[in-house]
Amino acid sequence: MSFHPLMPYGSEGFQKSERTLMARGEPFAFTAERAAKLEDICSKYPPERRKSAVLAALYLVQEQQQYITASAMRHVAEFLRITPAEVEDVATYYVMFFKAPVGKYVLQVCRTLSCALAGAERVTETLSEKLGIGIGETDPSGMFTLLEFECLGACDRAPVVMVNNEHWHEKARPETCAKLVDDLRQRGLSALSGCHLKVEQ
Amino acid sequence: MEPILTRYIQESNSYTLDFFLKHEGYQGLRKALATQPNDIIEMVKASGLRGRGGAGFPTGMKFQFVDKKTPKPKYIACNADESEPGTFKDHVLMERNPHLLFEGCLIGCWAIGAKMAYIYIRGEFYHVQKVLESELAKAYAQGYAGRNVMGSGWDCDIVIHRGAGAYEAGEETALIESLEGKRAQPRIKPPFPAVQGLYDCPTAVNNVETLCNLPCIMINGAEWFAKLGPEKNGGPKLYCISGHVKKPGVYEASMNTTIKELIFDRAGGIREGHQLKAVIPGGSSVPILLPDQLDIPASFDSVQKAGSMLGSAGMIVMDETTCMVWAAMNLMHFYKHESCGKCTPCREGGDWLWKILARIERGEGQMRDLELLTSISNNIAGKTLCAFGDAEATPPLTTLKHFRGEYEAHIREGRCTVPADWRAKGVAEVAH
Ligand SMILES: Cc1cc2nc3c(=O)[nH]c(=O)nc-3n(C[C@H](O)[C@H](O)[C@H](O)COP(=O)(O)O)c2cc1C
Ligand code: SF4
Ligand code: FES
Repeated sequence: MSFHPLMPYGSEGFQKSERTLMARGEPFAFTAERAAKLEDICSKYPPERRKSAVLAALYLVQEQQQYITASAMRHVAEFLRITPAEVEDVATYYVMFFKAPVGKYVLQVCRTLSCALAGAERVTETLSEKLGIGIGETDPSGMFTLLEFECLGACDRAPVVMVNNEHWHEKARPETCAKLVDDLRQRGLSALSGCHLKVEQ
Repeated sequence: MEPILTRYIQESNSYTLDFFLKHEGYQGLRKALATQPNDIIEMVKASGLRGRGGAGFPTGMKFQFVDKKTPKPKYIACNADESEPGTFKDHVLMERNPHLLFEGCLIGCWAIGAKMAYIYIRGEFYHVQKVLESELAKAYAQGYAGRNVMGSGWDCDIVIHRGAGAYEAGEETALIESLEGKRAQPRIKPPFPAVQGLYDCPTAVNNVETLCNLPCIMINGAEWFAKLGPEKNGGPKLYCISGHVKKPGVYEASMNTTIKELIFDRAGGIREGHQLKAVIPGGSSVPILLPDQLDIPASFDSVQKAGSMLGSAGMIVMDETTCMVWAAMNLMHFYKHESCGKCTPCREGGDWLWKILARIERGEGQMRDLELLTSISNNIAGKTLCAFGDAEATPPLTTLKHFRGEYEAHIREGRCTVPADWRAKGVAEVAH
């Protein structure tokens, strides 16, 4: 039943709910160094609350193998002494966890209002043309994945592009996006303009 | 007003402990540790400090509600999730003045009897987190946090917790759920976090900017703080100005300052050759103000009187090239994407609203869609678990209220009537 009398439910593509299942993937275990790091993070929460470290654990999975697999989620569950379902619940909710393989550089373009007013749609469009891929896709070379993100909290330096969840490129210009892709190919992350606060330092 | 929270942010080493200590750093904490916790709460109440996270709730009252008699541990959960579109003040504070936040967390902990503060920072601010972590290590090493804080015999820890991309994690009970390692979905209130929050223990959830105000209240007194702004709107305030202005940025001012002054004097006015069309004064969740409504103090109470809200003080400025149907659609994409999915009206309704707005923007709308937008919005607002629902209903309702003619023109002419050179060339952007 729909909550609104005029709207259909479960038909005409008007239904939102969906479920993503992740691939099983290779067998997974944290490297000794990462396991020690995660144990240290767990110690910051009460002993019976190891589950609080689940986001940190999933970030470490991504650091080790780029994206989340069912095998990795099972390992995280054992490590934190919770169920695999509890890990999947979290991994499928937060947007910064990749549920399928991604390119070496994940270009995350902010699409929200302040960035859009400054030309973010054009930035995405140019990147998409240059790479020959749509949003959510990875280019044939496996180098780039293009994603849209919601407000990154730096709207004064719009449009903002985040790369691999942690590197920033601010004041992106549609005219220079093609060059940015080439530069990334050649020089790696140093091609990015960075966070302005950092740059001033 | 002289800037207080952002006074030194232009200095290249303003974020370091050495610099901070040379500029009254940790003096508020020193004073606090020599004051009875209850007296601090009374001081915060007298200062009139109101939460800077969006709701403007009095911080002293929040501290007072924390259950002091319980044998359970108590917590401060600092809300550094800053994801409201148009808001970027906590970003600047944390990166340029991290010790001010630590000092605020410690004063808050002392006041409510907590020995642990978790700073929940959004996952996207990893570069900020690294600054926070290295500075926190210095604070620990020099005895400003951890065991025996400033030689007082009192222990207090600060832990930085990284989120992973979810706007809803900013809602206070969703933030607690996320800290506990779950989906960021709100809890039913009551019980409020002050009674039963993190790990079922009493918790005060406070915004970054809110906590950063505590040191200056301790140093200069409640009366000084209250007098900085209009009645009940005391203290310094950070404003984030973005969109079609010449100098977007974070500006600190008293809440006596008018929105007009902020936009035209501080942020340099509208970009060359264009005119102001509309302003969203408090982050994407609040109603629009028109150009003739801006000569009012940018205070919680005045903005509310004008029919909007100060919210997170994220001001998004739009000039005449902005199509209001498109703007509503853009924001609705945000809301349908960020809904946590717990309430049906919010989860399904947001998606419907976006799809309907998109078809109007593409030129495929019908007149009855306007009634449908209004009706769906009114069936979401006030009918959901958290305030997200009210926020989500706002973009269609406020644009329809002020710019209904623009909607009708789209439908009549079967195309977008306000195309701009900064938007996507293809309609593909609208379609998916
Ligand atoms: C959907 C939603 C998102 C929110 N996001 C944030 C946020 O990103 N940062 C924040 O400080 N408060 C946010 N809030 C407000 C918090 O729920 C809470 O009121 C605030 O953190 C309390 O701190 P304060 O009293 O210091 O303002 C949000 C509220 C809602 C309903
Ligand atoms: S209103 Fe929306 S965001 Fe808030 S609890 Fe309900 S579904 Fe989640
Ligand atoms: S809208 Fe892009 S950073 Fe806020």
